[in-house]
Amino acid sequence: MSEISSLTLYELIKNIKEKKISSNEAAKSFVDRAEKSKKINAYVTENFENCLKLSKEFDDKPNFDLKLPGIPIAVKDLFCTNEVRTTAGSNILNNFVPNYESTVTQNIWNEGGILLGKLNCDEFAMGSSNETSFFGNVQNPIAEDLVPGGSSGGSSAALAANLTPVTIGTDTGGSIRQPASFTGTVGLKPTYGSCSRYGIVAFASSLDQAGPMSKDVKDSSILLEVISSFDKKDSTSIDFKRNNYSSELTRNIKGLKIGIPKEYRVDGMPDEIEKLWKKGIEYAKDCGAEIIDISLPHTSYALPTYYIVAPAEASSNLARYDGVKYGLRSSGKNLIDMYEKTRSEGFGEEVKRRVMIGTYVLSSGYYDAYYLKAQKVRQLIKQDFDQAYNKVDAILTPSTPSSAFKIGEKSNDPVSMYLNDIFTVPVNLAGLPGISIPAGVDKNNYPLGLQIIGKPFDEQTVLNIAYSMEEKINYKNNITDWWMK
Amino acid sequence: MSKNNSEYLIERNDNVYEVVIGLEVHAQVTSNSKLFSSSSTKFGAEPNTQVSLVDAAFPGMLPVINEFCVKQAIKTGIGLRAKINNKSVFDRKNYFYADLPQGYQISQYKYPIVGEGNVILDMPEGQKQVGIERLHLEQDAGKSIHDIDPSNTLVDLNRSGVALMEIVSKPDLRSPDEVNAYIKKLRSIMRYLGTCDGNMQEGSLRADVNVSVRIKGSTDLGTRCEIKNVNSIKFMQMAIIYEANRQVDLIEEGQEIDQETRLFDTKKNETRSMRSKEDAHDYRYFPDPDLLPLEVTDEFINKLKSEIPELPDDKKKRFIDEFKVSPYDATILVSDIDTAKYFEEVVAKMGKNRDMKLAVNWITGELFAVLNEKNIEIAQSPISAKNLAKLINLIKNGTISGKIAKTIFELMLDGDIDPQIIVEEKGLKQESDPKALEALIDKIINDNREKAIEYKQGKEKLFGYFVGQAMKASGGKANPQLINEILKKKL
Repeated sequence: MSEISSLTLYELIKNIKEKKISSNEAAKSFVDRAEKSKKINAYVTENFENCLKLSKEFDDKPNFDLKLPGIPIAVKDLFCTNEVRTTAGSNILNNFVPNYESTVTQNIWNEGGILLGKLNCDEFAMGSSNETSFFGNVQNPIAEDLVPGGSSGGSSAALAANLTPVTIGTDTGGSIRQPASFTGTVGLKPTYGSCSRYGIVAFASSLDQAGPMSKDVKDSSILLEVISSFDKKDSTSIDFKRNNYSSELTRNIKGLKIGIPKEYRVDGMPDEIEKLWKKGIEYAKDCGAEIIDISLPHTSYALPTYYIVAPAEASSNLARYDGVKYGLRSSGKNLIDMYEKTRSEGFGEEVKRRVMIGTYVLSSGYYDAYYLKAQKVRQLIKQDFDQAYNKVDAILTPSTPSSAFKIGEKSNDPVSMYLNDIFTVPVNLAGLPGISIPAGVDKNNYPLGLQIIGKPFDEQTVLNIAYSMEEKINYKNNITDWWMK
Repeated sequence: MSKNNSEYLIERNDNVYEVVIGLEVHAQVTSNSKLFSSSSTKFGAEPNTQVSLVDAAFPGMLPVINEFCVKQAIKTGIGLRAKINNKSVFDRKNYFYADLPQGYQISQYKYPIVGEGNVILDMPEGQKQVGIERLHLEQDAGKSIHDIDPSNTLVDLNRSGVALMEIVSKPDLRSPDEVNAYIKKLRSIMRYLGTCDGNMQEGSLRADVNVSVRIKGSTDLGTRCEIKNVNSIKFMQMAIIYEANRQVDLIEEGQEIDQETRLFDTKKNETRSMRSKEDAHDYRYFPDPDLLPLEVTDEFINKLKSEIPELPDDKKKRFIDEFKVSPYDATILVSDIDTAKYFEEVVAKMGKNRDMKLAVNWITGELFAVLNEKNIEIAQSPISAKNLAKLINLIKNGTISGKIAKTIFELMLDGDIDPQIIVEEKGLKQESDPKALEALIDKIINDNREKAIEYKQGKEKLFGYFVGQAMKASGGKANPQLINEILKKKL
């Protein structure tokens, strides 16, 4: 049998249920590997001792009816976890220990999951390379000095490095799908309102959505089933009938119509991305899907719209980090001085940049030209998708316009960094489900992902298409454990 | 200055100015829990004991609207004869302050829950209608306490997140007296509805006062100043008088009035500039993405309409029509819901042979005097409506005289004693037996022969003397009407 840490979630559950592996053995395997993988810098806060203890307790009184029986899981450090430090990758929450639990993580613990630790991420999830984290860069296990994507970079790296069987991220403009694409893993952003936002450190409330990240599609379906729930504590949570995503998972997608939006063929897109997309279309056809050309005419406005709406909400959401109640407080001569010093020292450059942009676009005299217009464009982008879905069941696009880049390569060029989100952002603006699956490699052997976008609440179709294409693509990460050498 | 209550005029040189006032009243919604959290709203708790994670704006915490507060706001809107909006939106009003944990206040900006309505004021010169611009729901902030620690400001978040209704009037008010009547009427309506207790000492009702002046007869509005957060009617009136005169002085000196926010210093009795228009906060309002637009159906609104109790204006009309109470008395009786309740209970207990005039006089006279003296509300009245009704009935059916009734009333105060029992125990029943009274009067006339003769010779003033003697002889129990009749006959 292969090493425990390299098993998929599905395999691990099976082995635990068949009592071939104990929960404690699994926990030990991931903890041991993490100890040898400090160089990845995936963890902000380790919960190893507690995880080992809880896994033992599970083994003493196992409950195999649970969906995640004794499974150790590390989560993005944006989810508030009871009695475990939660930083959101920021200095301003460096010392923050919540006494409450996010609904999504609570759902995981309720089904038998055990917290391994908190994973690095871009500060307040603002970034596409994990380079904005106060806790330092994360190494992409694919190759040295390569970014793991962001903002869920610690999550994608931990997955690819076999430090956790599955994980959860949050996706505001691509923060699950882009890092999945960069690390040869699977990442699903559910429909807005599917997973509760309660207890997730907010970035942009109308866009934020938690979702599963996994080694394969089946694992994402298992985890989605656990984390998706209607929650009265989140007013934007939606009470819809949720599928049993894993048991309803099927590779029979014969006759499904898959749309190819011409506007996603952007200027300067590398040939290899174009090739990957074409390959993807062939795979989809092989699976029995019907390919239909569609148009999403407002696509080019998605990125600027996103970079108005998201910073606007963020500027307001981050106002609560003021040194008064919790988190970092720098001393000042008076209240204003304390605010200024706390926020200057507490926030990093990218966060400050977005707070400034957000404050600007909401200012009187600019509100109509920026925020209000962006909201109108957002409606048009939504309508584009609505119309497309009259013709097709799902949409296939590349996940990102490039593969993973080197650490430091884009950190001084925010616009070029923002362009990374070009294919993922429209999905958030429209509140749709989208998945990224690994589909090939570029000339450097770095992974590339394809994105499948679904109708609202139709995660099942998205998963099914991904599941069948995954089989045809048959992608395998080639991880050499270089960081251990 | 004019004597007319409905206008406040300022004369300077040859110019006559009138003052134009609009109020933004902040009324705390009567509710056990806060607008977006389940924390208690009880007044007077230890600092920071009624604070949830939502109220303190912990990371990842989300607001969830309290349906009861929404109902309260709609009911108040109905009470203000206002348009209830089927769709309203909660916005974030962004600013930094130590007692504002989120860094923004959740309020309603462009789309309030309640639109235009009106309130009727009963002024001595007649009724006046004051327009309501809107009513919206918003969160209260916490409280900064500067005087406990010499070097730090302390923050109490008990109030943070408590639901407020901001009721914005049109600039229809013209005098401090009208402001008084307006606040009292609003308070009255909300107390009838049970939507705000109107307790100004506890801060349940506060107002921002917008004041401008203009030459009387002009229809243009002058530049206004907003006096922030005044928490008593008296201070509102003082602030308006100061501010109106300040503005008139400026105009007369040929100066411009700056549109600004001012504070009322209650100790110095003056308003002071707080910030100018240029320094005004840019609140960066935008719809709160954590909350969906608030949608209420007509069915929901109509159900609430059906739950609305009789309000002061209707009650007043009924008191006049049904009970034949004078408009003046009716206004007094309905102004406070507890007074109206008390009056109606007295009326009910008086039974068929009721005397409205007596009831009104005893409540607004003797009872009010006692309440005033003891500084208590009618809800805490030492004499129950049931026993006051009994007392009135005893007068009405001739068992006791009005004068004896006053003695009995005093005795009743000590533990709400049944007046019937006092009458019996103290033997205070009115003497109405003509034979007994005749005997008594015969004796008095006998004892005062000379005075009787003087009376007969035309000194009519002496009649009162004989009445007095008769009453005295009877220990005050003699039926005064009978005494009169008998005296007239005998003298």
